[in-house]
Amino acid sequence: MIEQIFPNVEWPNMWEATYETIYMTVISVIFTFIIGLLLGLLLFLTSKNNIWENRAVYLITSIIVNVFRSIPFIILIVLLIPFTRAMLGTIRGADAALPALIIGAAPFYARMVEIALREIDKGVIEAARSMGARVSTIISKVLIRESLPALVSGITVTAIALVGYTAMAGVIGAGGLGNLAFLEGFQRSRDDVTLAATIIILVIVFVIQFLGDFFTRKLDKR
Amino acid sequence: MITISNVKKLFNTKSGTLTAVDDVNLQINEGEIFGVIGYSGAGKSTLIRMLNGLESPTSGMVDVNGKVISNSKGSDLRRARQKISMIFQHFNLLWSRTVRENISFPLEIAGVGKRERDKRVDELIELVGLDGRGDAYPSQLSGGQKQRVGIARALANEPEVLLCDEATSALDPQTTDAILELLVDINKRMGLTIVLITHEMHVIRKICHRVAVMEEGRVVELGDVLDVFKQPKESITKRFVQQVTEPEETKETIEQLVREFKAGKVIKLTFVGESAEQPVITSLIRSFDLQVNILQGKISQTRNGAYGSLFIHVNGSASEVNKAVDFLHSAKVGVEVITYD
Repeated sequence: MIEQIFPNVEWPNMWEATYETIYMTVISVIFTFIIGLLLGLLLFLTSKNNIWENRAVYLITSIIVNVFRSIPFIILIVLLIPFTRAMLGTIRGADAALPALIIGAAPFYARMVEIALREIDKGVIEAARSMGARVSTIISKVLIRESLPALVSGITVTAIALVGYTAMAGVIGAGGLGNLAFLEGFQRSRDDVTLAATIIILVIVFVIQFLGDFFTRKLDKR
Repeated sequence: MITISNVKKLFNTKSGTLTAVDDVNLQINEGEIFGVIGYSGAGKSTLIRMLNGLESPTSGMVDVNGKVISNSKGSDLRRARQKISMIFQHFNLLWSRTVRENISFPLEIAGVGKRERDKRVDELIELVGLDGRGDAYPSQLSGGQKQRVGIARALANEPEVLLCDEATSALDPQTTDAILELLVDINKRMGLTIVLITHEMHVIRKICHRVAVMEEGRVVELGDVLDVFKQPKESITKRFVQQVTEPEETKETIEQLVREFKAGKVIKLTFVGESAEQPVITSLIRSFDLQVNILQGKISQTRNGAYGSLFIHVNGSASEVNKAVDFLHSAKVGVEVITYD
């Protein structure tokens, strides 16, 4: 049955490509979350009327974030080739795609973090200050905790975008389902291979969306 | 307990420098409930925020219980804040935390251990009357319950001073009264000094010992609540006093009546303290050959006694009316003959 629909699919290769896609997505989501959160906190805290209000730091961070967010991903990969080679010694394979994935997605997520933090009622931050909380306590127990549902739904959207980015990275040799669909499916006119790769990517996206929605709902007590 | 001396606060805005607080001097005693009343923009909010260092004065000094707040910074200020709690108009609870966890938050900040925290939270939940609601989230509570959580949270670190920033302004009248009673109860039981700001004279009347009236950054009137009710000096104070002593339509109604009554006089009587409880009108009718018609009256209770106002129309011969007015003057009652020309 399955052999009839997908006559040309070599399943061991397909599963390996799936593993590479998941690997790239998971690692890049983790780093994007950490770097994006730090950048987002920096943007928020240094913005006007905030705890670390600092126009210079805010502007510089903001410009860096905007520049990297605006570069189309496929161009960013090419631009980062020297950087990747210097860092990892190669520009092929799943690991080689990670710098571009993270640098492409973290600024995008940083803006989402900034927006999520701005949604927090200023009064709650003032209340924490009035209790004698330190800034580190305010960050961990007020800012991050109160915006967690928005942070989770933001990383869900970012993770799904990252699945798409891994497919693009695949075209320049990073491996994964995008690479497989392009080389084995498109270039050799084997539509069933492209279809199988697409279905697997869809399943990955659905699973991410489901998990994201589940945790967002669970965390949101408003 | 609290000394505010020569405090000024300027804000730089696009349209120039704004003087939010202008040379304020106040002395607030230990165990006192002190009210600051003013319309929005009067500077009362800025003033109360200088008591816990959320704002720092441009010049002048703020001293709370021997600690100069206006000079404090960093960990010094943070430690002082643990003893100067604050409750807010919009409660400012953490919605991601349950009632218990919200009350526990200031204890976590103060570094209190888990077991001690749990014990303290149990006591506080009982104190503010939230038994059985400990595991609810703020979104599941009514406004009054949320403010009870706010109060419990504020009391967690056993503060010396409680600052109330329009704490009842977002609540309906019944809930307001319940929260005010809770504040009085806490004040009596723990001897806690309470400073509150409000734009409602009702709140001042109900729980404050002394009141300061603020207008355009200045304290324009200051005194015991009953004295201020009895003899408001500034026109803004008179307006605030009228909020509670006279229903809104009084002025129009009385004006109308004065025009209608060709004969006799319309008199406004004000009663304070004991005189509010004396049978002045009965004596008036018995002693003079007059018709007395009661137009409108209201009596309000303050922390230090009752305060009332009564509008009457007296009709009779001119000499009898004049004698009646003299009698009222002698009876420790405020008398004002109303005329509109």
